Amino acid sequence: MTDLNKLTIAEARDGLRAKDFSAVELTRSCLTAIDKAGALNAFVHNTPEIAETQAAAADTRLAEGDAPDMCGIPLGIKDLFCTKGVPSQAASAILEGFKPEYESTITQNLWDRGAVMLGKLNMDEFAMGSSNETSTYGNAVNPWRREGSDAALTPGGSSGGSASAVSADLCLAATGTDTGGSIRQPAAFTGIVGLKPTYGRCSRWGVVAFASSLDQAGPMTKTVRDAAIMMEAMASHDAKDSTSADLPVPDFEAMLTGDIKGKKIGIPKEYHMDGMPEEIETLWAEGREMLKSAGAEIVDISLPHTKYALPAYYVIAPAEASSNLARYDGVRYGHRATLSAGDGIDDMYEKTRAEGFGHEVQRRVMIGTYVLSAGFYDAYYNRARKVRALIKKDFDDVFASGVDAILTPATPSAAFGLGEMTDADPVKMYLNDVFTVTVNLAGLPGISVPTGLDAQGLPLGLQLIGRPWEEGDLLNTAYALEQSAGFVSKPANWW
Amino acid sequence: MSIDKDTAARVAKLARIRVADDALPALAEEFNTILGFIEQLNEVDVDGVEPMTSVTPQRLKRREDVVTDGNQQEKVLANAPDAREGFFAVPKVVE
Repeated sequence: MTDLNKLTIAEARDGLRAKDFSAVELTRSCLTAIDKAGALNAFVHNTPEIAETQAAAADTRLAEGDAPDMCGIPLGIKDLFCTKGVPSQAASAILEGFKPEYESTITQNLWDRGAVMLGKLNMDEFAMGSSNETSTYGNAVNPWRREGSDAALTPGGSSGGSASAVSADLCLAATGTDTGGSIRQPAAFTGIVGLKPTYGRCSRWGVVAFASSLDQAGPMTKTVRDAAIMMEAMASHDAKDSTSADLPVPDFEAMLTGDIKGKKIGIPKEYHMDGMPEEIETLWAEGREMLKSAGAEIVDISLPHTKYALPAYYVIAPAEASSNLARYDGVRYGHRATLSAGDGIDDMYEKTRAEGFGHEVQRRVMIGTYVLSAGFYDAYYNRARKVRALIKKDFDDVFASGVDAILTPATPSAAFGLGEMTDADPVKMYLNDVFTVTVNLAGLPGISVPTGLDAQGLPLGLQLIGRPWEEGDLLNTAYALEQSAGFVSKPANWW
Repeated sequence: MSIDKDTAARVAKLARIRVADDALPALAEEFNTILGFIEQLNEVDVDGVEPMTSVTPQRLKRREDVVTDGNQQEKVLANAPDAREGFFAVPKVVE
């Protein structure tokens, strides 16, 4: 059987149980696809030996019966996850050579269920970026191209390598992380599904920290069903992350009935942004019609503080980053600058961090340092945290009024060209996250579902936002949307 | 609030990131662009609003105050750029 790498998780799970193919065959099919896809620069550390060993073990477990759904499923892992003995650099030069002595809780959960690691995936440095252009490994490339053009497009960011790899069928699914939209925006740019669960659904232990009150990992998959299967495998309460929720993890896949009759879907008026392309408005209107046809009730809602989400985010996230990234000091791991005679410990810190951090990371660490510094803490940081409370209250009020989910565009545009934003001021790039960042600030689950193509043949996605801890219900609404949209386009293989 | 070259230099120092003198004006300009964007927050009426401390209304879990880990000196030092005799080595700190 050829092209096993193109299967979904659900198809592969069923095929493995029907003995149509083995986990080793499935894994080798992905490894071959990865070898041919160097031009995408999605995989940055390949682990074929680990993959072969895990796949063989998965075959044994499958033969014994009663193997978990994820058993034998080959995955790509974002470089932000610490994986024991395997480079884990957060796409930063400052973690060059770092090989963790431990495994992140999420990846351990996946391996415990028999999943197979193909390697580590490209991303923006420390997950700071929306185009995968801040990576020390160089740009990841979107497998999609504009019709009649061979210009390289961004797969989005920060989980750009994950998005590119899943979209190009280099793996069946990938892990991503999302601090302001880093799962959902790249998923939308590459025509795949990306789920950011409720804050606390997944353990953050062993995931390199960017902004701890916003960071949350989730699955990036080819279908909503796959997102449900993988989400269940990733989620857990973990004593090593005190913010992980001690709540039962439901069987999300079993909740995919596609029946959304009587569900109330909110359409927030504040998400009609000035200058938004007509195509995005149309896509959004089509999404409303799809959910309505499926029996949902569409209601207009207001989230009045939406406009202030990005400014609040660009105080809170850099503030937390400046604190989290203080640990990269050239002492315990990673890069240390070569010192001159007479250099003291401050010289070591300053030179190491100047050499090791890229420009965007330096900028955010310094902005964070500034907003936390004496005299500005109240004016910036505390004010941002108050605005954050108001943004969360907007959502609380809407959900209290009986709304089950909120439908918005996932991104303000389709994928843009690599290098196109180089000369823009940083705020322009930040606007990519305008529809997604509110969800992180409010700690809610959000999912991006591909629903259409733009005039140039590029995928576009819609976002659904759910109530806290109700990923199952959210996934079911996403499933109904996916079925109505019937998005089946794939990028032509040029790589 | 506008950031000048000296403020940029002070922030870089606080962040322990060496920035060359000739890069400071451009850096200050970038800060001003970002802070200008952030200034929008001043439009919001936040009177009587508590700053958010936790996005989910859960209490942090407690556990027994006991040792749960340890005896991993080799692993702890395995990734150090400079480790000697069981310690992290750094430039001389105390004269």
